[in-house]
Amino acid sequence: MRTIKTSEIVDAVANMCIKANTELPSDVRTKLEQAMAKETSDSAKEVLRQLLENADLAKSTKLPLCQDCGLAVLFVEVGDDVRIDGGNLREVINEGVRKGYADGFLRKSACDPFSRANTGDGTPAIIHFDFVPGDTLKIVYMAKGGGSENMSRCTMLAPAQGWEGIKEFVINRVAEAGPNPCPPIVVGLGIGGTFEHASIIAKKSLMRRLDDTHPDPDIAAKEKELEDAINRLGIGPMGLGGKTTALSVKMAVDPCHLASLPLAVNIQCHSQRHEEVVL
Amino acid sequence: MAEYKLNTPLTDEDMKQLVAGDVVFLSGTIYSARDAAHKKLVDLLDAGKELPFALEGAAIYYVGPSPAPPGRPIGAAGPTTSYRMDSYAPRLYSLGLKATIGKGKRNDETRQAMQDHTAVYFGATGGAGALLSNSITESTVIAFDELGPEAVRKMKVTDFPLLVINDAHGGELYAVPDRKAAGLK
Repeated sequence: MRTIKTSEIVDAVANMCIKANTELPSDVRTKLEQAMAKETSDSAKEVLRQLLENADLAKSTKLPLCQDCGLAVLFVEVGDDVRIDGGNLREVINEGVRKGYADGFLRKSACDPFSRANTGDGTPAIIHFDFVPGDTLKIVYMAKGGGSENMSRCTMLAPAQGWEGIKEFVINRVAEAGPNPCPPIVVGLGIGGTFEHASIIAKKSLMRRLDDTHPDPDIAAKEKELEDAINRLGIGPMGLGGKTTALSVKMAVDPCHLASLPLAVNIQCHSQRHEEVVL
Repeated sequence: MAEYKLNTPLTDEDMKQLVAGDVVFLSGTIYSARDAAHKKLVDLLDAGKELPFALEGAAIYYVGPSPAPPGRPIGAAGPTTSYRMDSYAPRLYSLGLKATIGKGKRNDETRQAMQDHTAVYFGATGGAGALLSNSITESTVIAFDELGPEAVRKMKVTDFPLLVINDAHGGELYAVPDRKAAGLK
């Protein structure tokens, strides 16, 4: 049994909150640069140029990339042989989020759904725990902005609708979202499981690197097929038209009930802010 | 596409010349207001009370900035998604508001209100919060401090870079998604 100090976790989470909100991941930057080389319209190029300049500026000034520093979403893999010294893991992670959002001058966007009163410190974070073999603690942080999250949907298709039904729903969803979620977007899809499971794996798929390839060649081909179809919609950067509507489509697939075909479409903005740490 | 330098307060003449796709560099005073602030503004109007700022010739920026770090007037300050303000915007346009600034599509009523009252909708680049904050030189909370990031701020801007998305003549810049090209019937 390995013991991890709570202070180590608090600091690691706080640092991830700040880094993810101020430094554009290199794979996202590369995708934006590739998009810029491909675009022919002036407005599309100008938007991408501004986004790259914004990333440079955020890194040098430590200002957040976007004023919406998101709701903190964390995926935590707890090794069976890990013991947390002196604290409840959920509370310790929330403490890290509180510290990161305060120290980094990040916007606190958590509020009561009815009164809309802001909780004032960016918590409670949305935390998903998974228990795995080993003696390490892996924490993945994501800043999930409201504008793109609002464009996400979950639906229960009939099994007969199959891949064609999935494609139709996803493409229509992206078309309806149009300029709202800050395209070029990343599309996370959860297919299978149950109503809530599809949504969680859709979100988790957004944590993959944008330039990776799904290990299952059939799923990888489906991701590519959807990415190409979405990019033919012509929504383009910020909805002003162009060839880049999605930077990537990520798909997570799990078995489901024989009566069901759950589908979750989780839309992420061009910033795709996330970080991970293994303790 | 033309390029204009405009100053607040904005006039009907300023707005009439603009066409969707034009680039505008805006200078002067603008006000921040988003979801919760809009509800409070409309509650004040319903109660017959005065608003914290004059709507005549004004521009409202849909923004909830991040906190200002030491030495800067404001934190990151990019636009938020505008459709959530569509239930309030036509009324504010009818009272003299000349421009709103945000990102994303507006509904039919809001677009019609711009035509009826010679007003426009500007787009700023979503997510470019650090970059856009460079155009904001002063920022003071003037109402609804309790709303935190959603409070109403009076902001001074210099050459704030904007794109005319909806003009006062019914024009719109956003691309219409080509579902057919994407393989749908």
